Amino acid sequence: MLRLEALDVEQGGFELRADLSVEPGTFCAVIGPSGGGKSTLLSTISGFIAPRSGRVLWQGRDLTPLAPGARPITMVFQDNNLFGHLSAWQNVAIGLRPSMKVDAAQDRAIRAALARVGLSGMEERRPAELSGGQQSRVVLARVLVRRKPLLLLDEPFAALGPALRREMLDLVAELARDTQATVLMVTHDPADAEQVAEQVIFVDEGQVFAPVPTGQLLAAPPAALRAYLGERKTRP
Amino acid sequence: MAERAQPVTRAWPGIGAAALVVALTLGSLAAVALRAESPGRFAAADWAALRFTLWQALLSALISVTLAVPVARGLARRRFAGRGLLISLLGAPFILPTIVAVLGLLAVFGRNGLISDVLGWFGLPPVQIYGLHGVVLAHVFFNLPLATRLILQAWLAIPSEQFRLAATLGFDARDVARVLERPMLRDVLPGAFMVIFVICITSFAVALALGGGPKATTIELAIYQAFRFEFDLGKAALLALVQFAICAAAALAMLRLRVPLAHTAGLDRPVQRWDAAGGRQRAADAVWIGLAGAFLLAPLSMIVLRGLPGLASLSAPVIAAAGRSVLVALGSTVLAVGLSLSMALAIETLRGRRLAGVLETVGYLAIAASPLVIGTGLFIVLFPMVDPTRLALPLTALVNAVMALPFALRILVPAVARTERQFGRLADSLALTGWPRLRHVLLPRLRRPLGFAAGLAAAMSMGDLGVIALFAAPGEATLPLQLYRLMATYRMEAAAGAALLLLGLSLGLFWLFDRGGRMNAAT
Repeated sequence: MLRLEALDVEQGGFELRADLSVEPGTFCAVIGPSGGGKSTLLSTISGFIAPRSGRVLWQGRDLTPLAPGARPITMVFQDNNLFGHLSAWQNVAIGLRPSMKVDAAQDRAIRAALARVGLSGMEERRPAELSGGQQSRVVLARVLVRRKPLLLLDEPFAALGPALRREMLDLVAELARDTQATVLMVTHDPADAEQVAEQVIFVDEGQVFAPVPTGQLLAAPPAALRAYLGERKTRP
Repeated sequence: MAERAQPVTRAWPGIGAAALVVALTLGSLAAVALRAESPGRFAAADWAALRFTLWQALLSALISVTLAVPVARGLARRRFAGRGLLISLLGAPFILPTIVAVLGLLAVFGRNGLISDVLGWFGLPPVQIYGLHGVVLAHVFFNLPLATRLILQAWLAIPSEQFRLAATLGFDARDVARVLERPMLRDVLPGAFMVIFVICITSFAVALALGGGPKATTIELAIYQAFRFEFDLGKAALLALVQFAICAAAALAMLRLRVPLAHTAGLDRPVQRWDAAGGRQRAADAVWIGLAGAFLLAPLSMIVLRGLPGLASLSAPVIAAAGRSVLVALGSTVLAVGLSLSMALAIETLRGRRLAGVLETVGYLAIAASPLVIGTGLFIVLFPMVDPTRLALPLTALVNAVMALPFALRILVPAVARTERQFGRLADSLALTGWPRLRHVLLPRLRRPLGFAAGLAAAMSMGDLGVIALFAAPGEATLPLQLYRLMATYRMEAAAGAALLLLGLSLGLFWLFDRGGRMNAAT
């Protein structure tokens, strides 16, 4: 279980509070107005921002004192997830071993992951030689080989068109199911949450609300969320 | 900010590098001061040297900046064939060996130069280049291009929309100058002036070749003379202290001004101007650009023209000196890149802390360090242990590396910051630290700036005539020193050949490193 225990984060005058738990294996969307603290929340869990007080726990283990790279987390950023000077294979391998010196089994795992996301035969290509969707697939292959129990995504695939983006979200959900990862995905689009998330964490003005089942939340949003969503057309 | 702190261990190599720079600059000064048995007396000649140093630097900076304004204006608002080439050429004096440039200037402005020849046809006496005006002329030759680039950069940094807006409001050239250009110039000129002033204060080779005598001796030259000819350490120490005081004051003044950074990016596109379409303005721009181009190109062409015949008959000492120079330049490049990269990484790691500012200041202040003070100090420290002349070449490489440091840092610090901003978090989240991070992330992303910095360091060291003049044994000269010796003994034909060789080697080394960085570069 991911537990945020009396978390209090201060960053440049902005304050964020969270106290909640996420069940293992849950796909959780994090939504809310920009500037509300979604990215700060993810940065705190992944270890880029140290909280003023409180703890981040995974399966009872305190992650708070750990460096970002030492946490059981794979992080997918908005952009710059790939090193432009490394090939697809290297970009995946570097997530497994920083030195990229992998043994035969690991090499097989890397190739299998690339094949799994539909990139067989493109191992040697650099990001510049791949399309936007293919670049996202390399990132997901890395997610796959790292097999970290926690997957954090900060507005992923923002640069992709709507169709490709939906396709990628489905792939993420599929990979998360396969690896039984617990997912926190920041998005500003409630449609993303509806598509893939079982639960939604709403973040507004530094306040992080406990996860609620997606359908339930969107069917009867509380006032703050209603203000954020605006008038929505009822879907058929 | 509650950003997770970076491990400070990553900063140690850079802190060590900065400590080395401080030891070389301040430590050598202390060594000189302690070794001076009797406090030297500041004689009339020394006062003259002090006055001359300040006066020539003031004149050089003032003239360079003043002339650069119309040239930069012309380049900013005109497009013509060869504009890009001319702008590239403005970067050339930076990697041009001083002594070679002096030879080129002599070929144009000297007693037997082009201008004297022309005057001779009319029965007029030849021009005299030695003395204050020769020193200033050479300094303007080196720094007019620098000033032009800095000002051109500021000019092109005015958003083109503002000129468009000015056009819709019906501004004429005077209005544009008042509203847009003068505020920009007020911003950029003091910094440009100060950089050139500092560079000219520590000028040695120009003063050695074109100055000299009681009326045209800089402090740097006086240190050399006190050390080399009189071996009067007391006097050398006193002069070194004075030199240090001036440099420190100038450097502090420079820190308070925002000193602009010269870079090439984005200078290739002139701004369309609706207020400057008039014929008189066109003509004025053409004249200024033409004069500046001729002033730069004539001496360079003369080096090539006069050097070509001598190139076939280079003497063995010249070729041996060239070999030594290449070794010194390569050694210096390795040192300069090592020092500046480790310092740039430390500055990035410590960003936001006081120590980062200290490291940055140390690196940039080396621009005001005097190579001859460092050299004298090293001589004194090493003398009891080992014959310093035997270490002449390694010491030259080391001092040259320190001299290249401010420029290398100016290139690398922003590049490291950019890379870390782009990939720092990703690397952290993948637990990429230490060597793998340097090897797989930073170095590949820094290839271009590293190549450029290495090229600058190599060319600067290749052409340096400074500390080597203090140490070199008769048979151990570098090429610039050998060239100076040829000039001093009026063997101008041999000098011309050696100068062309030196020019080729300097530009060649720069090109090789810069090119190497660009090839297959990740960015």
